[in-house]
Amino acid sequence: MNIVKFLDEFTTENIIESKSSRREVFSKLGSLSKKAAMAAVPFGLAAMPKKTFAQSMTSDPAGALQLALTLEYLEDEFYDLALQSGVLPSGRPENVYMQISKHEQAHVDFLIAGLEGAGVTQVEKPMFDFTVGGMFDPFNENGAGQDTAYAQLLALAQAFEDTGVRAYKGQAGNLLGSDFLTAALQIHSVEARHASEIRRLRGLKGWITNNERGAGMPEATQAVYNGEENITQGGVDVTTLGSGAPFSMEASSEAYDEPLSGDDATAIASLFIVD
Amino acid sequence: MSKKVVNVNIKNQVRNRRRFLKLSGLGLAGAGLFVACSDDDYNEGMAPMPPMENDIFDLGSGDLGVLNYAYALEQLEADFYTKVVNSFYGNISDEERQVLTDLYNHEVNHREFFKAAITAAVGSNTELVLPELEFDYGSLNFGNRDEVLGTAKVLEDTGVAAYNGAGRLISDPNYLLIAGKIVSVEARHASAIRSLINPGSTDFAGDDIVDVTTGLDAAMDPSDILSAVGATGFIKTQFTANNLP
Repeated sequence: MNIVKFLDEFTTENIIESKSSRREVFSKLGSLSKKAAMAAVPFGLAAMPKKTFAQSMTSDPAGALQLALTLEYLEDEFYDLALQSGVLPSGRPENVYMQISKHEQAHVDFLIAGLEGAGVTQVEKPMFDFTVGGMFDPFNENGAGQDTAYAQLLALAQAFEDTGVRAYKGQAGNLLGSDFLTAALQIHSVEARHASEIRRLRGLKGWITNNERGAGMPEATQAVYNGEENITQGGVDVTTLGSGAPFSMEASSEAYDEPLSGDDATAIASLFIVD
Repeated sequence: MSKKVVNVNIKNQVRNRRRFLKLSGLGLAGAGLFVACSDDDYNEGMAPMPPMENDIFDLGSGDLGVLNYAYALEQLEADFYTKVVNSFYGNISDEERQVLTDLYNHEVNHREFFKAAITAAVGSNTELVLPELEFDYGSLNFGNRDEVLGTAKVLEDTGVAAYNGAGRLISDPNYLLIAGKIVSVEARHASAIRSLINPGSTDFAGDDIVDVTTGLDAAMDPSDILSAVGATGFIKTQFTANNLP
């Protein structure tokens, strides 16, 4: 199955439309640096398809797995290219990316095998553009320089991992009663381990406070964090369950990660999909 | 067995219980228990199965059993970190102090959440709520960094494997989502603790815990988790999980 068909209305037209709107933003910003321009484009909003496959495809286990596979394809390719780019400093950054890369590759293989086992044709690997039409230069292919490229590599990794955690969580309900639920949970927690380490590598806490994307994250990534400030769990405001630091707004938001709908996860991934 | 009345702010507890009712009705139906999910404490509804056998508390079955199970694990984690933050080991780094304090905050929040959720779910059948457990860490030296971080690592990894294994036992999608919201935070904790123990390594998602071939984290049944936890001797209060796999 072709990814573009799979994404239903996510047509070339939409891509062109969204790209041109991004270019418009660029020209308006004129002499501002690329970094500033990057921050002006909301992550996941620019490429929001009018109708996403999530609405029609992810309400069943197979649809949930297809969304998962699309995200894993994205992560897998991103880490592969990151490792090949020569941008990563040796030592901790390279070790961390190698370990994560190994897992994302395994997740791709595992999900393909699972879908095949269920008799479902898996989505094809999309064509990705991690520069998002030239806004980013994480692999230092366009002269951003090692430092800028490395900062973008880390920022993108954080956004992808935190998105992955939220996206899997958002699909749990669709996997209720399915044989795939446990495996999906087992991938979900690995993504969370990754997210924590990447965040800590960037000097942040491993967990998300309120809806803060964290220092150094481009404003464009805010869509990944919107909604994380939720403190109502099972109908109860957990800040009212006691007093002191454990029930502060900060701790109460950190203690629970929030789901992302299939639509929102798709919108974020779509920003990096060109075909 | 001690069966203390849990003493959070009582007013909050009553209010929260009422707000939980809507969510909890489904869960208990899935659990196969016939509990009147009314906020009328005088309505006994149909009698639930007795939870006590020989005075030993049983976690119960279905969603109630899973909630009590999670509550037991969160009680352990919260109690452990309470002891950690009340007397930090010597020469603790700012980073380690920050991480351990955050973990304390999160686990105490989780513990109180489960207490409130289960209390709300069982209505007037308060005997179905796992009591406040007592803990004993034996010779564990809270003044020793390696012992504290090593225990934290085991507790967090265990929490992740427990929630991952319990997901399939949950019937109510609302409870499944909440378990999902918590398990990823436990995984973030596990990663951070592992990273503190072995900085710069791949241990945050190490080959010892994440399957190299499938890229899957651990998932374990309650019986396996509870026998592993039981082997630590940390939980003094006895309880059983006869109705969970």
